[in-house]
Amino acid sequence: MGKKILSKKFYNAMLKLEPRYPTRVALLLPALHAAQDELGWLSSEVMDEVAVFIGIHPAQVREVASFYTMYNLKPVGKYHLKFCTNVACCLRGGDELVEHCEKKLGIQCGQTTSDGKFTLMEEECLGACGTAPAMMLNQDYFENLNIPKLDQLLDGLE
Amino acid sequence: MAKELETLFIQYFYKEARPIDFYIKKMKGYTASQAALKMSQDDVIAEVKKSNLRGRGGAGFPTGMKWGFIPKVSEKPKYIVCNADESEPGTFKDRDIMRYIPHLLIDGMIVAGHAIGAQVGYIYIRGEYVREAVLLNEAIEEAYARGYLGKNIFGTGFHFDLTVHRGAGAYICGEETALLNSLEGKRGEPRVKPPFPAQAGAFGGPTIVNNVETLASIPYIINRGGEWFSKLGKLDKSGGTRLFCISGHVKKPGLYELPAGGVTLRQLIYDHAQGILRDRKLKAVIPGGSSAPVLAPDEIDVVLDIEPLMKIGSMLGSAGVLVVSEEYCVVKLLRRITKFYAHESCGQCTPCREGCQWMEDILERIEHGKGREQDISLLLDVANNINGRTLCALGDAAAGPVTSFVKKFRADFEVHIRGGKCPSA
Ligand SMILES: Cc1cc2nc3c(=O)[nH]c(=O)nc-3n(C[C@H](O)[C@H](O)[C@H](O)COP(=O)(O)O)c2cc1C
Repeated sequence: MGKKILSKKFYNAMLKLEPRYPTRVALLLPALHAAQDELGWLSSEVMDEVAVFIGIHPAQVREVASFYTMYNLKPVGKYHLKFCTNVACCLRGGDELVEHCEKKLGIQCGQTTSDGKFTLMEEECLGACGTAPAMMLNQDYFENLNIPKLDQLLDGLE
Repeated sequence: MAKELETLFIQYFYKEARPIDFYIKKMKGYTASQAALKMSQDDVIAEVKKSNLRGRGGAGFPTGMKWGFIPKVSEKPKYIVCNADESEPGTFKDRDIMRYIPHLLIDGMIVAGHAIGAQVGYIYIRGEYVREAVLLNEAIEEAYARGYLGKNIFGTGFHFDLTVHRGAGAYICGEETALLNSLEGKRGEPRVKPPFPAQAGAFGGPTIVNNVETLASIPYIINRGGEWFSKLGKLDKSGGTRLFCISGHVKKPGLYELPAGGVTLRQLIYDHAQGILRDRKLKAVIPGGSSAPVLAPDEIDVVLDIEPLMKIGSMLGSAGVLVVSEEYCVVKLLRRITKFYAHESCGQCTPCREGCQWMEDILERIEHGKGREQDISLLLDVANNINGRTLCALGDAAAGPVTSFVKKFRADFEVHIRGGKCPSA
């Protein structure tokens, strides 16, 4: 196999985690998280590399990766916006936030702006119902949102 | 006791409570695991049985009894797994336990590990709780550094390792057997039961899966006794306090910790959460996360506990109370709820995979005024054909809202169909 895509840091983290599980396959979800943290998304080549590392068939990696919504199977923008539109958020105006964002960024949910800056997505319940509406920006939560707050946040992003 | 209720959790929900020193000094930290490790496994389980602690994850199963199902001897290693998936819409309590008092959970897991004879524990946390996973890992490291985790804890010869395992965005992974598959590095598809996890769970070993709030209650039971804990509850079968999550159209959404069985839905909405937003009329309440059948305004004098809600055809579930005022269209709401189940169905069982999508399609039609007169009975027919016909309870969770919304708000559906549009659009 050719040059490795994943860093030494990735492999060291996995080595540290390995004794925590009785099987090697149990490393699959942590490995996919770590790979995505490093590269932003899971390309076919990265999934192959993970398969080799774990010692399973590449199809098994894809089968698992495609089950979970947090694994990006295509590239996402620098800022990944995930709006909760489940019950508590939609009762508190979550849908309007999404509409506003679609207009502002000129894209639909599921799309990325042509400059690669923003990806917009609708999410299921984020578990922040008491502080609805909520969204995630990359790995962080933003809660008790409204349109002015959202504008301020988005306008402040480089 | 009489005066102010003593809370087990909420009084510590601020970030200064997080470090191990706070936990040790202010919350009798790790005295529970220390004491439990000196007790026999049977004595620990007996104390938990006495406490009348019932699972806080949704099903309300008595925790002590569940622990008792674990075989004493097993060839395969046993496991204790904390369900921190918190994915039932309307539920947001476990997150605060993990980010403010993570050591209470760790302490509880050590006790549980000893009680069932597990030397390995996992906390399965939903992938979106990135920050909470970091905080849990920090707390776990603190506990290792003090020798409360790892080899030969408190010199008792008991070893216990604890690892945080992150999910990756799938509601179904809250279901305990799907969770175990996900822990093992597989797709989060529920398993056929039996065998139940207590017989063959994680990696084939006997396993207990408990919710965060359940496990975080354990140190109190050991420190203050099962009987004390039991008496915190106001009804016979339910001990302790509960973290009620209230959201939607109320003036003060958030968490309220109250005695189990000690509050009615009306009191929670009007006294604690201070009533309906903009003083509108109440239209509907979902009392136990979006999977719980909906209640109409004339049903809210029910006591918020497992049996009283069951008696009126709903459930307490995860104690996630969603409040809806007259300002929101219930057809639109049900369509959104159903979309969630259609999206989250793992696809293994045909009735759920196909049925949820059909229900969503029918509801979308009705919502937009394109519904046909026979659509209501079609909807109920599909729901009835999902209910009880799937491997896990997600199917029932999708069918329950549909049948209950139609039963309680049929007129709203009919107005959409007959008027050819949503009256509030
Ligand atoms: C579709 C589905 C989703 C569930 N989601 C959760 C969840 O997010 N958190 C949880 O603790 N239990 C959840 N449960 C319940 C678990 O299967 C299990 O009963 C619970 O973790 C047991 O812990 P307890 O006895 O402490 O309540 C879910 C069940 C189903 C059927």
